[in-house]
Amino acid sequence: MAGKYILEAKGIDKSFSGVTVLKGAELCIEPGELHALMGENGAGKSTLMKIIMGIYTKDAGKVILEGQEVNFKSAREALDAGISMIHQELSPIPEMTVAENVFLGREQKKIKGLPFVDKKELNRKTQELLEEYDLSEYIKPNMKMKDLNIAQIQMMEIIKAVSYNSKVIIMDEPTSSLSEKETETLFRIIANLKEKKVGIIYISHRMEEVFELADRVSVLRDGQFIGCVKVADASREQLINMMVGRELEGGYPSNTAEKGEVVLELKNFTRKGVFKNVNLQVHAGEILGMAGLVGAGRSEVMRALVGYDKLDSGEIILEGKKIEIKHPKDAIKHHIIMASEDRKQLGLVLCRNIKENVSLQNFDKMSTGSFINKVKEIQLAKQYTEEMSTKMNGIGDLVSSLSGGNQQKVVLAKCLMSDPKVLIMDEPTRGIDVGAKATIYNIMINLAKQGIAIIMISSEMPELIGMSDRVIVMAEGEVKGELVGEEAKSQQTIMNLAFGGE
Amino acid sequence: MTQKKDMGKILRQFGLVFVALIIIIFMSITSDVFLTSQNIINILRQIAINGILAVGMTFVILTGGIDLSVGSVVGITGVIVGSFLQNGTNWVLASLIALVISIICGIINGWLIAYIGFQPFIATLSTMTIGRGFAQVWSDGKPYMISDESFKQIGQGSFLGIPIPIFLLVIFCVIGLVILMMTTFGRYVFAIGGNMSAAKLSGVRTQRIQTMVYVFSSICAWMAGLILAARISSGQPNAGESYEMDAIAATAIGGTSMNGGIGSLTGTIIGFIILGLLQNSMNLMNINSFWQQIVKGILIIVAVFLDMRTKGKKN
Repeated sequence: MAGKYILEAKGIDKSFSGVTVLKGAELCIEPGELHALMGENGAGKSTLMKIIMGIYTKDAGKVILEGQEVNFKSAREALDAGISMIHQELSPIPEMTVAENVFLGREQKKIKGLPFVDKKELNRKTQELLEEYDLSEYIKPNMKMKDLNIAQIQMMEIIKAVSYNSKVIIMDEPTSSLSEKETETLFRIIANLKEKKVGIIYISHRMEEVFELADRVSVLRDGQFIGCVKVADASREQLINMMVGRELEGGYPSNTAEKGEVVLELKNFTRKGVFKNVNLQVHAGEILGMAGLVGAGRSEVMRALVGYDKLDSGEIILEGKKIEIKHPKDAIKHHIIMASEDRKQLGLVLCRNIKENVSLQNFDKMSTGSFINKVKEIQLAKQYTEEMSTKMNGIGDLVSSLSGGNQQKVVLAKCLMSDPKVLIMDEPTRGIDVGAKATIYNIMINLAKQGIAIIMISSEMPELIGMSDRVIVMAEGEVKGELVGEEAKSQQTIMNLAFGGE
Repeated sequence: MTQKKDMGKILRQFGLVFVALIIIIFMSITSDVFLTSQNIINILRQIAINGILAVGMTFVILTGGIDLSVGSVVGITGVIVGSFLQNGTNWVLASLIALVISIICGIINGWLIAYIGFQPFIATLSTMTIGRGFAQVWSDGKPYMISDESFKQIGQGSFLGIPIPIFLLVIFCVIGLVILMMTTFGRYVFAIGGNMSAAKLSGVRTQRIQTMVYVFSSICAWMAGLILAARISSGQPNAGESYEMDAIAATAIGGTSMNGGIGSLTGTIIGFIILGLLQNSMNLMNINSFWQQIVKGILIIVAVFLDMRTKGKKN
């Protein structure tokens, strides 16, 4: 008979080309429990999960599933043994249908032994799953994956993992691109799984979620197992201490910067089918929060503002003067700078080094005509990345070798070198760890004190409420309300507007 | 880890130089002809045309594109120059007319790819076919004899004992190296190949830069076309056929990623030198041209395989 735990990992060591990533990592999962796994980026959480899934081989230690030691050689073997995983990086096949994606690799055949797929059966089964989880209204089994938005794709990944009827499910930041409503559906799925005595490993940076959902929390720091505590007995401060190994003041730094004149004003911003008649103003030294569900049009407005997307109509007024922005180059010239939410897609050139990424939009400062002044470039790149306290061996490091938090710091270094008057930060702390978050919040306050107007788009309610002086709420491409002072501090008010309420 | 990668890169580039050295040492021992100044000049002259094409091709491939049309531009240049020279046009003017036409070819490529959104392979496959057809139509399928002595100097002349084509190759390599390593344009080329969207958001005029890269590639093809026509004293409509493949091969051997964003012109230079050495050696050893093709293909596979290993991309 199996012991108390459904899954155990003991004394796991792993190093990559001489760099130790895990040292004596442990994890014990009870049936029917949601076990949160926390730790800063680079603490080794994903590596540990990949070892359990058989994607990486371990250097030492044991993985025990239902009392039996297992040594998976591929994710396929782990799946067959009853462990499935929802990866943080989504991997849909865009041209295939929803049903084909869910049942990829285990298609129902029309006749056993012959390679003809029974599409009807696939669609029927997928429809059942969609209905079970209340998604059938928006998603149909025969829709192509490429027609779903990112939150819907994430939901499909979750449903796919669930559909394996696994004994253990690993969820790596499952809510990172979900809106509140889909998150609720996910939580319902989780409750259902717990009832079925499935063990869930839940990796998340969101403290609120962990306290709401988890039974126990294990913490990793620098590849080492720090401890496992019952959530009921733990406090937020205690968990943060375990993760960072130092005291971190709770809450958010307050923006004491003096608010100045209106720096930027948008009038009647419209892009057909995406957003319409968006008006907003932002003052010097102010942090303006943009709230809304995923797909409400917040990022799209900002992308159009900086000239990345086309604008159908609308005016941009910078420091009282009307300006034209037709290309991001114009926006940079006017010191309206955007740090995108999607570091990999829009923020960075991953295959190049830190220096080249930081200087890409700032050659004005370091070149004579077309020729780059390399001494100046190195000096500026060093100065700005060090100001961000980026962890690196040097500015010659490839950006792809950095953790998420450090990549974000490189993006910020690049943006700040352009001397922003208006800095647009789209999900500035998405997917980055507690320590790096605190750094970024402090940077934001410092920038505000220098008189920079900051527009922050965030889907994390506490962050939005904690950091913003004023909050604008968007829904379905329109501004639904503007909240100032104490009003802005209420999550209920914001959510009500975000769901289209008055 | 990065240090290790750098070491790997150095080893790999050094490895290519090593391959070149082995060929040179082996040939100097086995052949009396190989190390003669006549043969070395011969090798360099043979390299010149492919080398110049490869310089342009490297820029294009670094942006994540490909230019299949360069061979056709070589052909067009030959017939345009040939026809104007036969009419008694001054050779400088004739060359400039061909330059304008090759620039137009580059602009068409760039426009299709950067502004309309064609895939580079398809766009340049089409212009390659159109260009070849244009050369045939222009010349009615017949070669133009070139007798202008000044023009012939471009392919046949020497300065200080060194053939003019070699000077031209060096000039194009130096221009390419300076642009890629020292200018903002070079950085934009790498950034576009690495991540076009991020480059655009960083204010890079991605469409304009892409177009300029295809124009540069066409200018390289024009230069190669002039050298070829001058060397063989004739403008032939089928000149330069499949030259694009050797230019791509040199770039690939030199370690430039076909996905763009990663690579170097120094790699390409070593790449076309090795191709030239190999071809010359095999000629001297009387290996027939059919076998030469097989060896060339294997060389590409080995070089790119080594490149993948040192970059650690097993997936």
